[in-house]
Amino acid sequence: MKLIFALITGLVFGSGIAVSGMMDPAKVLNFFDVAGTWDPSLAFVMGGALVVTFIGYRLVWRRNAPLFGGRFQIPNGSDIDVKLIGGSALFGIGWGIAGFCPGAAIPALGTGRWEVALFLVAVAVGFYLRRLIAPFQPARVAS
Amino acid sequence: METVFTPFASFGGGLAIGFGAVLLMLGLGRIFGATGIMSGALFFENRDELSWRLALIAGMILAPLAIFAVTGTMPAVNVPVSPAMIAIGGVIVGLGASLGSGCTSGHGVCGLSRLSIRSIVAVPTFMATAAITVFIVRHVFGA
Repeated sequence: MKLIFALITGLVFGSGIAVSGMMDPAKVLNFFDVAGTWDPSLAFVMGGALVVTFIGYRLVWRRNAPLFGGRFQIPNGSDIDVKLIGGSALFGIGWGIAGFCPGAAIPALGTGRWEVALFLVAVAVGFYLRRLIAPFQPARVAS
Repeated sequence: METVFTPFASFGGGLAIGFGAVLLMLGLGRIFGATGIMSGALFFENRDELSWRLALIAGMILAPLAIFAVTGTMPAVNVPVSPAMIAIGGVIVGLGASLGSGCTSGHGVCGLSRLSIRSIVAVPTFMATAAITVFIVRHVFGA
């Protein structure tokens, strides 16, 4: 049951990605191209997603535990460090170059377009690079 | 290339994205972060987590096919950049999103809904660098 639930959850999320235009790099890049062929559609994607998630999370957290057991695993970090800012800055640069982000590219794979597969392989290489450099990162500055 | 402004489809898609994020929290108690889900599945980060991650990814990939089955139209994926840019952008996305512990789904949708301070820093950072990157690519280099 848990896996069927996860499958349906992925289907709902992916359908939203597909309908919203998030899996279309032309639209994504135009959202950022305020000085050119600007298309503000994606602001509506974020708006719709945030309304539902903001309210939905608070309703769900009234429960003691998730439906399929365990506990709610919510990141509780609050440190603003170089990794967070530098990583996010890099992520935006890559997003602006390719026009895909991971959450949009995974559903886009279902369209069978080879460009999507190329992007996801490249993302996997990026994940791997992150794991390679992991031992060399400076220790966190105590705060 | 010009794209059509789609406020209603984008908002509706956004609602579904949010609903997917809420479902994952309700059922499994997890944040819907595509970066963590994908890298966790690729590198077998936690055996117990592998099966639901794979089911979720399968559901996401099936989404455009389900939409095609219902509407007869495959969701649009227009790629206005070269294969080299997809590959380079993908590596940077993978490295950046894993260093920054999140992307558009994890920090953007889920993190902002939780009012996570890390996400409140991460999202404007990657939105800004994406916009700057698109500006440079399109209006400085004229690609």
